[in-house]
Amino acid sequence: MEALQARLKTPADLERYRAAIKAKQETITHRLSVCGGTGCAGGGSARIRDYLQDYLARRGLSARVALRFTGCLGLCERGPLVIVSPGEIFYQKVTAADAAEIVDQTVLKGELVERLLYTDPLNGEKYVSANEIPFLKKQSRFLLGDNWRLDPASIEDYLGLGGYAVLAGCLDGLNGAEIIARLKASRLRGRGGAGFPTGIKWAEGREAPGDQKYIICNADEGDPGAFMDRSLMEGNPHSVLEGLIIGGYAIGAGEGIVFVRAEYPTAVKNIRLAIARAEEVGLLGEDILGSGFDFRVSVSVGAGAFVSGETSALIRAVEGQVGEPRQKPPHLAQQGLWKKPTVVNNVETLANVPLILRLGTESYSGIGTASSKGTKIFSLVGKVNNTGLVEVPLGMTLREIIDDIGGGIKGGKRFKAVQTGGPSGGCLPASLLDLPTDYEALSEAGSMMGSGGMIVMDEETCMVDLARYFLAFLKEESCGACFSCREGIARMLEMVEAITRGESSPGQLELLEELAAVVKEASMCGLGQTASNPVLSTLRYFREEYLAHLVDRRCPAGVCRDLISFRIEAGICNGCGACRKSCPAGAVEGKKKEPHRIAAALCTRCGICLETCRYGAVLKE
Amino acid sequence: MQEGMIERSHPFRQNGISLISQLQQIQQEHGWLPEPELRRLSAATGEPLIEIYRVATFYKSFSLAPRGRHRVTACCGTACHVRGSAGVTREISKLLGVKPGGTSADGRYSLETVNCLGACALAPLVVVDGEYHGNITPAGTRKLLKKITGPEAGNGAAAER
Repeated sequence: MEALQARLKTPADLERYRAAIKAKQETITHRLSVCGGTGCAGGGSARIRDYLQDYLARRGLSARVALRFTGCLGLCERGPLVIVSPGEIFYQKVTAADAAEIVDQTVLKGELVERLLYTDPLNGEKYVSANEIPFLKKQSRFLLGDNWRLDPASIEDYLGLGGYAVLAGCLDGLNGAEIIARLKASRLRGRGGAGFPTGIKWAEGREAPGDQKYIICNADEGDPGAFMDRSLMEGNPHSVLEGLIIGGYAIGAGEGIVFVRAEYPTAVKNIRLAIARAEEVGLLGEDILGSGFDFRVSVSVGAGAFVSGETSALIRAVEGQVGEPRQKPPHLAQQGLWKKPTVVNNVETLANVPLILRLGTESYSGIGTASSKGTKIFSLVGKVNNTGLVEVPLGMTLREIIDDIGGGIKGGKRFKAVQTGGPSGGCLPASLLDLPTDYEALSEAGSMMGSGGMIVMDEETCMVDLARYFLAFLKEESCGACFSCREGIARMLEMVEAITRGESSPGQLELLEELAAVVKEASMCGLGQTASNPVLSTLRYFREEYLAHLVDRRCPAGVCRDLISFRIEAGICNGCGACRKSCPAGAVEGKKKEPHRIAAALCTRCGICLETCRYGAVLKE
Repeated sequence: MQEGMIERSHPFRQNGISLISQLQQIQQEHGWLPEPELRRLSAATGEPLIEIYRVATFYKSFSLAPRGRHRVTACCGTACHVRGSAGVTREISKLLGVKPGGTSADGRYSLETVNCLGACALAPLVVVDGEYHGNITPAGTRKLLKKITGPEAGNGAAAER
């Protein structure tokens, strides 16, 4: 694409530029989209891109074949992924060695590379087109759907797909109050956790007195096992930016800030690039598209603190202080960043804004349930066949997400629980699988929507250990300002740890519940108020598992190390010696070709012998 | 709260750069936050040293001690946890002779744990000197670390700093 000579000054300029981009794109015959999401990048997708780039150049195809290194394409489990269009041919588990063949076979001859096609683990069927794969077909990818169509570094790609048309329409024809009215009518709720109606939040920001206001995009995604916001920032940063600019215009802010975690270097890079490009073409800065609206955006990189995702703490972090929450009121809409009126929205919430205004509030609110509108991105992870990012209409049941999209439980094991809402959420058992993913339904069941982490667990996950895991996480991340949170979490952790060691008594469960209630009641911010959820929900649905630890001194899932032991079944062991050689503690003894034994006193219960034995002779009890 | 404490928020932003960003710059340059640099920052900004330490110790990404030449990061996010990251971390810790969060006395290895790297399909995930390694099991740790430990594959030989 030829560089733009001057800033776009009117909506008509924007449309002319868009037309030029589209005309240029018509000379492209094929597109190769290589997934650059974290999962695929971790699997070496950057090398695949380099090989493809090299090979296309050698074949003299660079001019007519567009190569993109995109954001997350969703099905992380089968990465690295490459999509070839036309045809949206979905290649999975691709390696750099496949690059030449993809070009020669598929691009040049229009033939498929059979071995790279996706085979469904459930029905054994082979699929060619991305759109047909059950994992993707059953989703409603309004927010993520464009990821494979755009290079996140290219504002032209975003414009080519109709990007910034909504912003132009807002600046040209709507005032802030009208935008907010539409947002209210859409009934969009915040996607960061609490689910507060975005339209109301914006109205408060707009009505707050003062001529200097801020809007902050919260990209401090700290829930372990959740990477929705990261993928939006990495894959489609302009959609988030467009939402942020519209928000700034609607509430009357002159400055926007994207607060993003340092742990997400690609997201930081991509959003910075998006801001720079938007400034160059004139979609940020002074007098955007001749509307008289001035708006700038800067990036603030967080330094790693879970509690800083809480909005008042986040503002302190942006100011460069210790990111601890403060008492509200005053609310942020009155006194936020630098004590000026401030609105804080989550990444996914902002990405929904241009979508709502494009679809129209009526179509948008047709998606979802009565109280939860639109789609939600979940990161479906853990013991599920299809790990990945899933975007579905709110209200889809957990069962549909886990079984139909996620392909069920890995290795034919039995489903045990699904954890939603991150460390603030809860664990839901099999009996609640038909629960709709609706803000209220999840809360009533003792969990929460949260930001969208969905961790699936099978029979080998110990729920007591999981409660211990979240408590350890929260103890580390509590800022310590409230006594109830600081001391309460630490004591709950001690109690649960004692249970995992089998050093507790049944009466402790009631004490744990009592303490959990106090922590919930007496803490100031969301972290403390929800810190008990993992304990309370596991006690509510998996009490018998706690009792097995307490009464029988047994961990049914075989996880808690103090309650398990390893044994070699003499009748099966053929004395191959593999476990003896692999045992780091030197606890396995035995002569070659004779049954081995484990010396309990030396065994550290790391499980390496069990993992190493090819004959199933090592038993965990 | 005293009025003065609230008013303190502005000086944090010296020349438009927040204290956090300044600490990030120092860390980027040195790999950690050496005390003389923090004293210099305090003198330059007028921010009391104790405030600088307060911020530096609050956030996870800041390190007040030099890190090892080889950095091993074990992801302990929920997805990694349910797929067995605790056992993996334990084995790595034993092999390197370094506790999570620590650095070996000879300055060769650091072992860090993180809450989530967002590559949950690869769980459990271990990053060795910036390179991602997925689906690591306790038995697989020795082979994984050979690259940095060499053939002697330490058995916790290096004492902790």
